[in-house]
This record gives sequence, structure tokens and C-alpha cells, in this order.
Amino acid sequence: MSKSRNLPAAALLLAFAGPVQAGDFGLGRPALPEEIAAWDLDVAPDGQGLPEGSGSVEDGEEIFSANCAICHGEFAEGVDNYPKLAGGEGTLDRDDPVKTVGSYWPYLSTVWDYVHRSMPFGAAQVLTVDEVYAVTAYILYSNYLVDDDFVLSNENFLEVALPNAEGFIVDDRETTELPRFSQPPCMTDCKPEVEITMRAAVLDVTPEGAAAN
Amino acid sequence: MTDRPGAPTRRGFLKAGLAGGGALVAGKAAAEGPDPVIPDPLITETQPWAQMWGDGVDVTPYGLPIDYESDVIRRNVDWLTADTISSVNFTPIHALDGTITPQGCAFERHHSGAIDLPKEDYRLMINGLVETPLIFTYADLERFPRVNHTYFLECAANSGMEWAGAQLNGAQFTHGMIHNMEYSGVPLRTLLQEAGVRPEGKWVYVEGADASSNGRSIPLEKALDDCLVAFKANGEALRKEHGYPVRLCVPGWEGNMWIKWLRRVEVTTEAVESREETSKYTDTLADGTSRKWTWAMDAKSVITAPSPQAPITHGPGPLVITGLAWSGRGAIERVDVSLDGGANWQTARLARPGQRMALTRFYLDIDWDGSEMLLQSRAMDETGYVQPTKTALREIRGLNSVYHNNGIQTWWVKTSGEAENVEVS
Repeated sequence: MSKSRNLPAAALLLAFAGPVQAGDFGLGRPALPEEIAAWDLDVAPDGQGLPEGSGSVEDGEEIFSANCAICHGEFAEGVDNYPKLAGGEGTLDRDDPVKTVGSYWPYLSTVWDYVHRSMPFGAAQVLTVDEVYAVTAYILYSNYLVDDDFVLSNENFLEVALPNAEGFIVDDRETTELPRFSQPPCMTDCKPEVEITMRAAVLDVTPEGAAAN
Repeated sequence: MTDRPGAPTRRGFLKAGLAGGGALVAGKAAAEGPDPVIPDPLITETQPWAQMWGDGVDVTPYGLPIDYESDVIRRNVDWLTADTISSVNFTPIHALDGTITPQGCAFERHHSGAIDLPKEDYRLMINGLVETPLIFTYADLERFPRVNHTYFLECAANSGMEWAGAQLNGAQFTHGMIHNMEYSGVPLRTLLQEAGVRPEGKWVYVEGADASSNGRSIPLEKALDDCLVAFKANGEALRKEHGYPVRLCVPGWEGNMWIKWLRRVEVTTEAVESREETSKYTDTLADGTSRKWTWAMDAKSVITAPSPQAPITHGPGPLVITGLAWSGRGAIERVDVSLDGGANWQTARLARPGQRMALTRFYLDIDWDGSEMLLQSRAMDETGYVQPTKTALREIRGLNSVYHNNGIQTWWVKTSGEAENVEVS
């Protein structure tokens, strides 16, 4: 490439008619629109990146059954250890919270984006844009968030709010933890007595043969 | 130390050996060899390795550890995940020393498996809010000015299974989602400057070439500070399972953000709020709200030996207590060790001064009297932060954070020298 800053400005203009480079090294080449379109697939909570298209709960049910249900269940309830996509409403403050799209995820954009780019597991990026809208609609339906005649599209996408949209706070350790944990530590006679309160060997879930001896 | 054969304290050892039963007697033989009054045939008889040839230099173009070290391997815990493709394994930290993790046993965490991506097929795209979106080949990256840094990579979920209590019996399992390597590569800043970041740019979204993509949002400030686009680790190319040919290093921050097989960096105005920063890598508190963007890994330490997989086999006397400490907020300045479950502490010796965002090795050399111990270590970093107890963390966060468990670990060392993962009051 010939966009080194060591070249005289005139030579740079002659040799390179494209946009002015900000960099110093003249390495790499401009990305073409088709290349950016192929790789830049992410969708943000404000809908940026969402392509035109639509899909219904009805179509989504069929697509989900064929591509997703083997791991996630016919009703998105999860099979074995594979993720549950529906259910768990109101469990986040319980001992064993069930975190699903309906109970936990803040943004529908993430569902669309993640399904489009990375699902089905083992055969990602096979669903068309309309199929992803349909599957997303079906996941909403499985979480009782829309009716069975719902059609999701890029037009109405931002009208859907997930239940836990307000459930997240930005890392607050700086105020809630760092001051408390930045005190000079106790060195001697720090506790009157020490008792063992729990033992891993009692639970016995460590893989066999892990010990060196 | 006076505890050697013939010295007065040896009588105490023999007595302890009798009282301690079989394990200790067997341990004595392994550690001290045969009876000191009978000539040792390993010395008096000529051994085959002192007579015959060893291997020629053409036998091992690229070597593996000797067979006797076959237990120093990654291990997985099959009940942790639904499959081994989106899963994790563990570095055998109980058997390592120093700070550099051998790449061949450094832990792996994939979301859609370890992919095979040749250098010739590698492309890196910089796009979004830049003056000129760019494509780099692998060869292009090697032509940028290069830097070297040693950093730890700790999975956000390291020790996560221990939130609810002592579960897995070994430092490899409780603390082994970590490795520490010397990386060579190009500052991400250099590549972003080459494309020219526009003033509206506030974040970068980074993703990998694998099916999971593992996309994460990073504030532009961090991207321009110390993020590194690395292609060598511990002197050689990255291993396939660690992102060959190119990965991102995000010093001090949770391992999930260290995108492997890095294929795209997009400058954006807002965070993408991808799956890996909403559904995952968010930390649920007791009231049901969750922290997001908990990027930094706080100061932490663990005693690697003695530990459940590395019991004491030599009986009482000189004992090396050793472990690792690290902090995502800077350098480790001090590590304290307790033998009695946190009632009393003594300051350990750092093998070398702590380096920022890198593992630090500590040692405490004691004269073990053969009695039970409740071993703990407590790291302190350059910000003044002191590693908290698990109880202290749970008081703030509850039990369901999943990630970021940097609480103090306790090993119960028994009179036999065996150790167990426990929690104490």
C-alpha cells in the first residue's frame, strides 16, 4: 500500500484517491461496503443495526420446533442442562433464580442479535432475517409477552420492552465495596475462635483422579 | 533449620510418624529416601542413565513434558456445563510454580469450540465511527510497532461454583480458570489511530471469528489505554485454543472480554449490550437487581501448595507454603498468610515485586509441627484494597452473583498432610 506519511502529499493524492488516512503507517486497506455488511451484524438496544424484515409467532413456532426445540424445548423451557429461554418470572431475588429472556434479559435487541449471529448451536448463521424475526416473536410468545397473532418487524421492534429492562445497575463496587475493603487489615487475634462450617469432601463432586497423590 | 536426620528434632518426627499412621510413614519414604544408615543403591549401583545413551536431538522437534508429570494437565468438570463445546477447563495451578503458565496446560473457555483459523485466512476489520474503515491481514499486523507485556487472564466465573459454599476439592478447580502469559502484539490504540477514531466514538465493540462471536463492548478509554492485539504468547504463536492467530488482551479485566480469533473492532456511540454483557457476565445481587459492566477483576490470591491436590507428603519440619496473588486494579504489594483460619496473619515473601495486572508468586517458609492448619492467603494491591473474606462479599452481594468471587480461600491441612477445601466461621 502507498499511504505512508513519508510520501510527499502530492504523491499520496496521486497514488491513493480514496479517503484520507488518519494513521501513520499506511498498513491495511479500506474495508469495502460489502465486507462491512457481511460482518457488522450487531444490533444495539436503540435498534441500530436492525435490518428490514418481519416474522410471526406462528412462523416462529415452526422454525423453533425444527431448529431450536431439541435443546431449548418445544416451549423454550430448556432440555437438560441447555438454557431455558422462557419462565422464571419473579425468581431473581430467590435462592435459585431462573434467568431467561423473559425473567432476566434487558433488551430484545440482544435476542435478535444473538440468535441471528450464533444460533442454532453448531450451525450458526443459517437463519434468514425474517426467520430471526419469527423466532424472536416466538420467544416473546413463550414468555407470555405477546399474543399468538403477533408479528414482529423492524417497524414495531422498539415497542417491545422486556420485563427486566430496568433490572441492571452499572458496576458500583467503587462505592459499595472498595472503601470497605481498603482498610488496614487485622494481623493478630482477629477472631476469638475459628470453626469449620462447610467441607467440599462432604459434597464430593470433584472429578475422580484429580489429586496428584 | 535443624530438622535433618540425626538432629534432635528428628525424634519428634518419628514419633509423629507413628502417631499419624500409614500416610505419613509412606510420605516419609517418598520424601527422605531409604534408611539413612544403609547405603543407597541409587548411588552405590551404576544406573542405566549413567551408562547408556539418552535420546538424540532429532527425537523431539517440539517437546512435551516428561511422562512423570502426566498429572499436570487441564481438567474439566463435566457437570458444570451442558456440553464440552461451550465450556471451560482448569489450569493445574496446584502443580505449577513461578508465574508464567505453560500454554499447553493453560485453561480454555470457549462458547462454540476452539476453531482452526490459518494466518492466511485471518482478517481484522476496524469499522464504525472511524475516518476510514480498514481491513488488516495477519502480515499487516506484524508490521506495526510491537510491545511485550505479561498479564493474567482470569475468567469472570473463576471460583464461581464456591459462592454457595465449599464445593470442589482442589485449587485447580476452585481457582484454575486463570493463566498468565507474556504477550507480544500491537496496541489496539495503534490500529484505531490508523483508522482514525471520530469524536462521536465512545465505545468499541469487539468480536471473534467463531460462531459464538463472543461480542463485548469496551469503553474507548480502555481500548486506547492498554488493550493489546496479541499474536504471540510466552514467545510463540498463540495456541489454537487461545485464539490463534490473534486475540485481544484486556489487562486486569474479566477474561470473557479477551476476544479470541479477533476479527472485528467497531467504534460505536453506545454499548451494544450483547448477550455476553446482559444474559451473561452480569452479577445478580440479593435483591434481584444485577450489576452490569463489572469489568475489573479485584485483588485475589490462593495457596497452591499445600492444597487438596498437593498434600504434604514429607511430614513435619520445613514446609514451603506457596501461592499466587493478582489484581486487576494494579500490582500486588503484599500477601499475608494465616495458619489458623484468619485469627493471626504473617506477611509472606513475594518472589518478585508485583507487576501490574499479572500473577505474583508468594512464599512463606515455615517449620510445620505436624498439627492441623487452616491455611488462608490475603492479597493487597497498590490501591490499598485488601482481599475480602467470602462472608464479607456475601454480606454485600448475596449468593447469586455467579461471577467475581475473590473471597479468601481456606484449606484445612490435617495431621496426615492431606488438605481439604473448607469454609470457616
